[in-house]
Amino acid sequence: MKIAMRLAVALSAATFLTACSGGESSENDTTDDKAEAFDRDPYPSTYTPYPSGAVLLQNATVYDGVGNVFENYDVLLEGGNIAGLGEDLDAGDDVEVIDASGKFVTPGIIDNHSHLGVYPSPGVSAHQDGNEISGPVTAEVWAEHGVWPQDPGFTRALAGGVTSMQILPGSANLFGGRGVTLKNVLSRTVQGMKFPDAPYTLKMACGENPKRVYGYGGGRFPGGAPYSRMGNVAGYRNSWIEAKAYREKWDAWEADGGDMPTRNLELDTLSGVLDGDILVHMHCYRADEMAQVIDMSEEFGYEVTSFHHAVESYKIADLLAEKNICSSMWADWWGFKMEAYDGIRENIPLVHHAGACAIVHSDSDIGIQRLNQEAAKALADGRRAGIEISDADAWTWLSANPAKSLGIFDQTGSLEIGKDADVVLWNGDPFSSYSNAERVYIDGALMFDLEQPDFTPVTDFELGQPGEGDLK
Amino acid sequence: MIFKFAAIAAFTSLAVSSALAQNLAIQNATLFDGETVREDATLVIRDGTVVAWADADQLPSGLETIDAEGAWVTPGIFSAFSQVGIVEVGAEDSTNDTSAGQSAFGAALDLSDGFNPRATSIDITRIEGVTRMAVAPSLGASLFGGQGFIATTTGEPGSVIERRAFTFINLGEGGASVSGGSRPAAWATLRAAFGDARAFPTRYLAHSEGDALGRMDAEAFTRAARGDQLMLIAVSRESDIREVISLKKTMSNLQIVLVGAQEGWMAAEELAEANIPVIIDPYDNLPSSFAQLGATQQNAARLIEAGVTTAFAHLDSSSHQARLVLQSAGNAVGSGVDHTDALRAITSVPAEIFGIDGAGRLTAGGLGDLVIWDGDPLEVASAPVRIFIDGVEQSLESRQTKLRDRYLAVDESERPMAYKR
Repeated sequence: MKIAMRLAVALSAATFLTACSGGESSENDTTDDKAEAFDRDPYPSTYTPYPSGAVLLQNATVYDGVGNVFENYDVLLEGGNIAGLGEDLDAGDDVEVIDASGKFVTPGIIDNHSHLGVYPSPGVSAHQDGNEISGPVTAEVWAEHGVWPQDPGFTRALAGGVTSMQILPGSANLFGGRGVTLKNVLSRTVQGMKFPDAPYTLKMACGENPKRVYGYGGGRFPGGAPYSRMGNVAGYRNSWIEAKAYREKWDAWEADGGDMPTRNLELDTLSGVLDGDILVHMHCYRADEMAQVIDMSEEFGYEVTSFHHAVESYKIADLLAEKNICSSMWADWWGFKMEAYDGIRENIPLVHHAGACAIVHSDSDIGIQRLNQEAAKALADGRRAGIEISDADAWTWLSANPAKSLGIFDQTGSLEIGKDADVVLWNGDPFSSYSNAERVYIDGALMFDLEQPDFTPVTDFELGQPGEGDLK
Repeated sequence: MIFKFAAIAAFTSLAVSSALAQNLAIQNATLFDGETVREDATLVIRDGTVVAWADADQLPSGLETIDAEGAWVTPGIFSAFSQVGIVEVGAEDSTNDTSAGQSAFGAALDLSDGFNPRATSIDITRIEGVTRMAVAPSLGASLFGGQGFIATTTGEPGSVIERRAFTFINLGEGGASVSGGSRPAAWATLRAAFGDARAFPTRYLAHSEGDALGRMDAEAFTRAARGDQLMLIAVSRESDIREVISLKKTMSNLQIVLVGAQEGWMAAEELAEANIPVIIDPYDNLPSSFAQLGATQQNAARLIEAGVTTAFAHLDSSSHQARLVLQSAGNAVGSGVDHTDALRAITSVPAEIFGIDGAGRLTAGGLGDLVIWDGDPLEVASAPVRIFIDGVEQSLESRQTKLRDRYLAVDESERPMAYKR
C-alpha cells in the first residue's frame, strides 16, 4: 500500500516537473540549433522532490550562506522552497513548527568533489568504476554511467549535511570524462538522483597522476604518452586542436547543411567546453601548473571553473582572483605525494582573503561527512595567522561557492526566498566538532533525522548485513 | 602540604638529565591530568617531571610561572598508531620506509632504523599537540610488518625512547592477501610463526628456516610470542576478532592489542573480559570492505561502555595526518563518548597500552609533556599555544608555518619571493 502511494505521488510529481522542464527545453531548442542535431541530454534527470509539508524552523541562528548571520531567526520551508526568512514569522495552519532555539540552520552542504558511487563502499575490485584508465584522453566517458546508487556512502554524507554533490571521474587521465551533479536523495537509478538541469562538467587532471599512470604504467619503460609534464600539456593541446576542428565541422554543417558530421563522443564533450556549456573542473596541485593551464585555456578560448585540490593556490591567489577561478580545497591534506608537499593549513583562508573563490571539497567518503569541520579548521587557522573571516562568510565555502562552480546556484546553495529548500538543522554550532546534522531537508522533504531511525536510509547493500539500520 | 614538598624533594633527586628542562609552574589551568579535569589547577614541573600538586600561594621558589588564565592544559597527546618520521613523501618510494614488500625479512624489520627526527612531518605533528607516538609499519604491508617503536616529537637526535616496543601483525583481509590468499593461510602462517619463535633457537640449530620464519625473524618474534613484548594485531571483522580472543585464551600470556577493530563493538564484552585493548579510529563508519560491514562511529562509545581499554588514532593517513587524532576524538564525543574519556583515549590510555611510564598524565611523577591550548583541545578550531616535552619548551614552527609566513603577503616589487624568509 505504501509503495503504491509513493509511486503515485512520484508519478504525479514527475508529470508536473516534466511539464515545467519541457517548456524550458523547447525554449532552448529555438535558441540552440545544435540541440536539433542530436539529443544532448539522453540520460535525463528523473529526480522529483519528495512530498513535503510546510515546516517552520523557529528561533535558530541562521547562516544564509551568502555571508549573513541572523540570530533568533525563523526559516520557512514550503512547497519545496525557501518560503520565508525573518524574525517571528507567522506559522500558518498546517505548518510544522520546530523549536530550533540554540540550534543552527544553514544551506545544505554541497561537495563539488566526490567519488561516491564510482568508488563506492565496499571498495572491492568489482566496484572500481571511477577511472577509465585505458587511455590518457577519455573525455567520452561519463561518471554517471559508473555511479552505483546503492553506495552506503551517500547515507553517511547525508548525515553530514550534504544535500548535493558532484561525482567526478578520477584523475588518472588528462581528460577523465564528464562529472555529474546529484541531489543526495537515494534512488533506484542514477537518473533519479541527477540534479535537474545542472550543466555537465569535465574532469581534467594536471601533474603527477597522468604521467605516472601512462608514462610509467603497464610495466614498460617508457609506458607511453604522457611521460612528463611536457607530455601532459601537449596532450591537452592536441585534444583542444581536434575539438576546435570538430566544432568547426558542426558549425559548417549547421550553416550550409550537407552530410551530418560523424559524431565523436570525446569531441562532443570537448566542444561542449568550447561552447561554454560544460564546466571544467581540473585536478591541479601546483601553482605553476595552474598558471600554465590558465594560459592554455586562453589559447583555446575556454574557462576553467575550478582547480581541484589546489594545495598551492595560496601562492597564486591573486592570479586566481583576477581570472575568477575557484579553488576546491582540503583544509589540511598534504605530503602524500610530491605535488602535495607544500600544502598548508591556511590555504583556504588565504585564497578567500585574496578575493578568489574558495571551496571546501572532500574527495573522500570520510571527509564528505564533516566538511563543516574542515571549514572550521581553515577558518581558525586563518584567524591565528591574522586573516579575519567571519563564520558567516566561511559558509560560502560550503554551499554558495560550490553551487556556483556547478552552475546550480540559481536553484540551491543559499537560504534565499524561492530557492530549493536544501537545508540543514544542526544541533549546535556547525563549526564545532561535537555538533551533528539533526535534520536534513532536500527540496523541503525531510531526508534525514538524527532522532528518528525511520529517517536514516539503509541502502540495499546494507540490508541484512551486520549493523543494518544502526546509528552510523 | 608536607606530603607535597616531600614529593618534590624525592623527584628532584630523580631528575632527568635534560639540561634545558625548565622548572615551571602553571597556574589557573583547566587541567586534564590524564584522568580527570580540574578547574583553577596549578601544575609544577621540575627537571622535566611533574613533581606534585601545589597550591598557587605555596609554590616552590625559582620557578618560571605561567598564568594559564583558565586555558586548557593537557598532557602531550600520545599518538597510538602512526608512521610519522619514517616517510617524507608518501608516493616517493625513496623517502618511504613504512613497508618493505621486497625484503626477505618481516618480523625482524626494526622500524626505528628508518626514523628520521628531521622529517618535516614531525614538527607538523608536534605543533598540533602530539608529543609522543607509537610508530608502526603501514597497515596491510605484510603479515609481519616488523618492530614498531616509541618516539617523542622533539625532532632531535635521540628522540626514539623505546626501540622494538611492539611487533606488528596484520590479520584479517589484509593478512590473507599477503600470506597466500586466504584467512586460513594467514592463521596457518601465524601459528607456524608462534611455533618457530617459541622453539627458538633450538629449531634453528641445524637449519636457518623454520616452518614460517627465517632465523632472524624468529628471533625477533620471540619476545612477543612468549608474552614479553606487545603484539599489535590489525583486524576488523568480528569473526577475526573472536579468533584473536581465542588465541589469547590458548596463550594467555600474550600481550595483544587490536588495531582497527571496526567491528569490535560486536565482541566488546569478550574483549573486555580477555583484557585486550583496542586502538580504533572513531571515524570508521563505512563498510569500506566486507571485513567491516558493521562499522559505526558508535564503536568508541560501545567499547568504552563495555570496559574495553580504548585508545584513538587517526588511521586514515597516519603518516602525515596523525595530528588529526584530536579531531577524531572530538568526533567521538559527537558520537556519544564522554569528553574526559575521549581525552584519556589520546593521552593516558595509549601511554598505558604501550607501557610508557609517566607519559600521558600530569600527576606526580608524570613526564613534563604538556600542552597549553587556546580552547577546548578536542574542538577543531583549537590549537596549542605552548608545548613542552620533558619540561623543555618546543618550537611552534614547521615547514608549513614557514611557507605560510612567506605567502601571507605576496610582494615581488623588490625581489622574488624566494628571498623572503
